[in-house]
Amino acid sequence: MDAFTSHTGIGVPLRRSNVDTDQIIPAVYLKRVTRDGFEDGLFSAWRNDPTFVLNNPAYAGGSVLVAGPDFGTGSSREHAVWALQNYGFRVVISPRFADIFRGNSGKAGLLAAQVDEKVVQRLWDLLADQPGAEITVDLESRTVRAGEGVDAIEDSFDIDDYTRWRLLEGLDDIGITLGHEADITSYEAGRPSWKPVTQHA
Amino acid sequence: MGRTLSEKVWDEHVVRSRQGEPDLLFIDLHLIHEVTSPQAFDGLRLAGRAVRRPDLTLATEDHNVPTIDWDKPIADPVSRTQVDTLRRNADEFGVRLHPLGDIEQGIVHVVGPQLGLTQPGMTIVCGDSHTSTHGAFGAIAFGIGTSEVEHVLATQTLMQAKPKTMAVTINGSLPAGVTAKDMVLTLIAHTGTGGGQGYIVEYRGPAIEELSMEGRMTVCNMSIEWGAKAGLIAPDQTTFDYIEGRPEAPKGADWDAAVEHWKSLRTDDDAVFDEEVVLDASVMTPFVTWGTNPGQGVPLGAAVPFPDDFDDAQDKVAAEKALEYMGLTAGTPMREVKVDTVFVGSCTNGRIEDLRLAAEIIQGRKVDPDTRLLVVPGSVRVRLQAQDEGLDVIFKEAGAEWRGAGCSMCLGMNPDTLEPGERSASTSNRNFEGRQGKGGRTHLVSIPVAAATAIRGTLSSPADLEPLAQPVTVGSN
Ligand code: SF4
Repeated sequence: MDAFTSHTGIGVPLRRSNVDTDQIIPAVYLKRVTRDGFEDGLFSAWRNDPTFVLNNPAYAGGSVLVAGPDFGTGSSREHAVWALQNYGFRVVISPRFADIFRGNSGKAGLLAAQVDEKVVQRLWDLLADQPGAEITVDLESRTVRAGEGVDAIEDSFDIDDYTRWRLLEGLDDIGITLGHEADITSYEAGRPSWKPVTQHA
Repeated sequence: MGRTLSEKVWDEHVVRSRQGEPDLLFIDLHLIHEVTSPQAFDGLRLAGRAVRRPDLTLATEDHNVPTIDWDKPIADPVSRTQVDTLRRNADEFGVRLHPLGDIEQGIVHVVGPQLGLTQPGMTIVCGDSHTSTHGAFGAIAFGIGTSEVEHVLATQTLMQAKPKTMAVTINGSLPAGVTAKDMVLTLIAHTGTGGGQGYIVEYRGPAIEELSMEGRMTVCNMSIEWGAKAGLIAPDQTTFDYIEGRPEAPKGADWDAAVEHWKSLRTDDDAVFDEEVVLDASVMTPFVTWGTNPGQGVPLGAAVPFPDDFDDAQDKVAAEKALEYMGLTAGTPMREVKVDTVFVGSCTNGRIEDLRLAAEIIQGRKVDPDTRLLVVPGSVRVRLQAQDEGLDVIFKEAGAEWRGAGCSMCLGMNPDTLEPGERSASTSNRNFEGRQGKGGRTHLVSIPVAAATAIRGTLSSPADLEPLAQPVTVGSN
């Protein structure tokens, strides 16, 4: 996984709460067996609507999505994260993320930055006034910055320490865990014999 | 200080714990299906890694398999590739697989309990958010993403930060005709879809203890619909009786040792939960959703709400959008909402008790001529059991479609989908926009409401049905 320190890109306002995983990518798009190509399915139902934000050329090439609360509820499909990444998003900003979505983002290298609801409202206002404005998300200092002068927005975002460290270092979880293999082996040796197995010798 | 049930199960699985890092948890059972696993196996292959514990791993095909013509090659080439990929991966990595056509095939959350693989005190994961179903046995069970699937395959562990604990206590007893599904829909409307965020929830109290294992699975299944990490119920005699004698249940001295341990899996009297919700089952009624998330529900006897009924500004906007998508007018009595398709099935309500209850209501009656009723058993075993009991005949005589096992219209990945604008009453767990097919409109309902709705063609409960000349009973055991 690539290390993530700071990212600056065009902000895309998604003025909706409770954006569930079926909206991010409907199940019919989940049939691929690779990790790429899911951008077609991203927000597919809404993309038919010419007024949908991703169809607005001002936000073309956007890479920082600014969404309402409870983003990513529903299914465990990591395809939701891949679809956002395949489309070009590096960061999603929201006042509240669903747990599984947040976990999946951390594993796949998409930054899920949790901010105060007021910050989202200010970013939405800024992006409506100045479509195409850029947002900087700095993981090192955990800050979100956008705009200039009196309207400038600068605030902190929440992310747990461990996910932040892994993203900054670009570390692969499996590699870290396999470093503790001796602990796993000794745990296995102590499991009760009546625990179920799926294959019998 | 005492510990809660979930803390006890958690502590028993900690492989490694360090301040400031998530715990490394051992996983007792890893369930796999065709949709969320291909990229995980691919990752293993690229890194030259093996599956650490194939003997704690089980795969089946459920999400995109057809429920008609399942003995023929799958018509949709992309679905076929996904299923073929699972078969190749299972073979290459030595994983036990129950493919389409196998007697143990079915929805992964129906298959685990039915085989007796789901037992109290376990940690169970699957690349599917409704893994919470298995919590009904007193297990910590939750859904994971594909990167985590790969992690479990390679290490049989997961890194997890310890969630907070919540108790949902349900006092009283459910009135006749009100089910576990109504109970959980009522709870979600009460808490909102984000209410459980960050918690492992323990469902407890007399109304929970009175539920059958199948009812408990229905409740735990929908834990994720109000945002909970997992939901679980302390194991008791009902749990032990359900497990005993199943193919993978412990036997002989192992059984005694297991039960002795399972009996210790209860929240201590002096344990403290971080949060508590208390509800009264005796005032619950049949409950249905009107909107596009599982928290947007009302009693069947109520009307479609007005956006202005909501205090919160976000909730108002969400209600407006939901009403527009659902094609509903505020103030319309729910009972007047006309339904095109009724779906009975899914890991929420696709088990044998569900089908028996549906058949009992439907027997001797006919499905409304403008309404389609699709009955999809949760597994091949459920299907065969239902056929042994003659339930299939009851459904078919009433004019319903009797299908093969799988997820089917719950998520519409196979050909079973709603058309744009088509309205369903569904016993599944999600009413998101487009969940059952692009433009489809879903009302989540219980089994009795689904059955009565199929007969009347509008959202209904069995109390709305004309009495039959002769009362009937269904099921031999
Ligand atoms: S029945 Fe529905 S909710 Fe259950 S596993 Fe299948 S798709 Fe998921």
